Amino acid sequence: MLEIKGLTAAIYGKAILHGIDLVVPTGEVHAIMGPNGSGKSTLSYVLSGRDGYEVTGGTATLDGRDLLSMEPEERAAAGLFLAFQYPVELPGVGNANFLRTALNALRRARGEAELDAVQFLKLARAEAKRLAMPDDMLKRNVNVGFSGGEKKRNEVLQMAILKPRLAILDETDSGLDIDALKIVADGVNAQRGPAFSALVITHYQRLLDHIVPDRVHVLAAGRIVKSGGPELAHELEADGYAGVVADAA
Amino acid sequence: MSDVADTMQAVHDATTNPYKWGFTTDIEMDLAPKGLNEDIIRLISARKEEPSWLLDWRLQAFAAWKQMEEPHWARVEHPPIDYQDLHYYAAPRKKTGPKSLDEVDPELLRTYEKLGIPLRERAILAGVEPGEDEPRQIAVDAVFDSVSVATTFRATLQKSGVIFCPISEAVRDHPDLVRKWLGSVVPQGDNFFAALNSAVFTDGSFVFIPKGVRCPMELSTYFRINARNTGQFERTLIIADEGSQVSYLEGCTAPQRDENQLHAAVVELVALDDARIKYSTVQNWYPGDAEGRGGIYNFVTKRGACRGARSHISWTQVETGSAITWKYPSCILQGDDSVGEFYSVAVTTNCQQADTGTKMVHIGKNTRSTIVSKGISAGRSNNTYRGQVRIMPRASGARNHTQCDSLLIGETCGAHTVPYIESRNPTAKIEHEATTSKIADDQLFYCRQRGLSEEDAVNLIVNGFCKDVLKELPMEFAVEAQKLLAVSLEGSVG
Repeated sequence: MLEIKGLTAAIYGKAILHGIDLVVPTGEVHAIMGPNGSGKSTLSYVLSGRDGYEVTGGTATLDGRDLLSMEPEERAAAGLFLAFQYPVELPGVGNANFLRTALNALRRARGEAELDAVQFLKLARAEAKRLAMPDDMLKRNVNVGFSGGEKKRNEVLQMAILKPRLAILDETDSGLDIDALKIVADGVNAQRGPAFSALVITHYQRLLDHIVPDRVHVLAAGRIVKSGGPELAHELEADGYAGVVADAA
Repeated sequence: MSDVADTMQAVHDATTNPYKWGFTTDIEMDLAPKGLNEDIIRLISARKEEPSWLLDWRLQAFAAWKQMEEPHWARVEHPPIDYQDLHYYAAPRKKTGPKSLDEVDPELLRTYEKLGIPLRERAILAGVEPGEDEPRQIAVDAVFDSVSVATTFRATLQKSGVIFCPISEAVRDHPDLVRKWLGSVVPQGDNFFAALNSAVFTDGSFVFIPKGVRCPMELSTYFRINARNTGQFERTLIIADEGSQVSYLEGCTAPQRDENQLHAAVVELVALDDARIKYSTVQNWYPGDAEGRGGIYNFVTKRGACRGARSHISWTQVETGSAITWKYPSCILQGDDSVGEFYSVAVTTNCQQADTGTKMVHIGKNTRSTIVSKGISAGRSNNTYRGQVRIMPRASGARNHTQCDSLLIGETCGAHTVPYIESRNPTAKIEHEATTSKIADDQLFYCRQRGLSEEDAVNLIVNGFCKDVLKELPMEFAVEAQKLLAVSLEGSVG
């Protein structure tokens, strides 16, 4: 379970988050929607521990553990996964190699046995197949020469292999055509279950047609200004953010 | 993929002292007095019981050296070297040359064991031949200060006609070959350090692969400088006769000392028609401490001559050590359709300085060369790629491709690329690509978000950056090279 209380944060001294309160119970998928500049990406980076994002107040815990005091890799070991809005290229680093290194680092941190190359490839190929992704995705260098859609699918493949407790998807739908969107959504839906929760950050309701959230929150100017069921996304789609944001102000 | 696991293991295992080869061996040494003059050269020659032609050859080199000035065109800085304040000969004291490992000082064997050199050939030297299912074998010539202490697998090699022995023995046993080829690629007066080496070289390896023979195993030399205030001046000569093939590996270490030690080697390769020589180096001489105290001055001349048609010489080097590296393994592409290759990873950290690259001289028709250079700089180090591609008038259809990439870690290091390109034939095609990049914060964060520690992330990114070069190394060395990269760059981020 992700629990955020009164979270405030700044970038280079500029306050961006003004007190976020949010609970995502294990097993649930919540969506965060909001206009540009509302602090959606900042929230995902603060939770995952990126340098340069300064927490100025409040708390965030995952399954009762204090996320904010951990290094990024410790948060990953605690079960947090961030699907990047702009996945990063690692020239010369094979995707399978990268993923096995990551998976074994997580397993080590959790006191589990590491997987050898054969065990890993079996697992990775099975997940790739389940997500209808070609095997050669594992052989290519991490995100190098990938199309926008391939990069996002690769994020979902990584998530499927690393099996997080909490996945944050930061505008994973941006730059995707409808077929790719569906593949990505299927990948997320495949993870849904009693031990998995997700925070889906998006501008648009269309992703939420495919990943139907348990709750929808509207983030505006660094605060959650409205929360509701999946129908809230449809209202926003029809009426825009202006009304909600104005009501809250 | 196990390579990365190995890399991570190496990081994991590495102690607080990043140079774990910095021990010294307490052994009785036979030292020549300090200083350089004709008497010292005569002494070296006498110790090695050399024929008079070689003494004359040395004295010619010394005469040339005295007329020369130390070169200062490289982007390296060091206090003046006092060439009279060095020992030019240091040998472990023993009766006669070792006939087998049993005769080698056990203290030396322990040294090599610590270095991880595969001297498991002990049994073979003792007369036990390996079984059919033995893993791939590597013949090793181990050079300790000025002398070669053990060359393994010689009997096996002799069966196929391959000569692999210390060069001092080759002078005695194969004088015609040595006399014919010594200095034929790097003449005595080639440059200041080559002239110095020619005057005082003490040992090194000699390899001759006869016509049509594919050398049945990897050949390897390990060099180690142990004695204080000594220079190491080894000389390696490899001749691949028509249609033959050989892969040669070279590794180097030195103890940790406060003063600088001089290493000025010469390597000469000759490839005749259709011959192939692959020469790989993992250089890990002591680089000095974090403040730049101590470390090896590595001033090396390496050159290969593709004398024959369709001959092929490939240099691969992973350079992580030395306080100063001054080294340009080159190819003279004389034979038509001959091929020269240079693959290099040079890592500098702390106060290390590297000025390294290659020369490709295209003389024959349709000669081809490939240069892939990867420079990694961290700390306050300076890393320069200096490369020359020359196309001579007769070299119609010559082609060169150069890829030269630099990776910076941190804010206080430098990377420099100095290409010299000269084409005197209008049909030549020359391509030069160069990039400079930093390990980006977003790359590190991406890796750490997936669970990798910062150091593992750096290793992964650096190994990815070097992949095009590391894949050229023989398997055993590729693993060692990856471990070295990990250990060398430890603590360079953050």
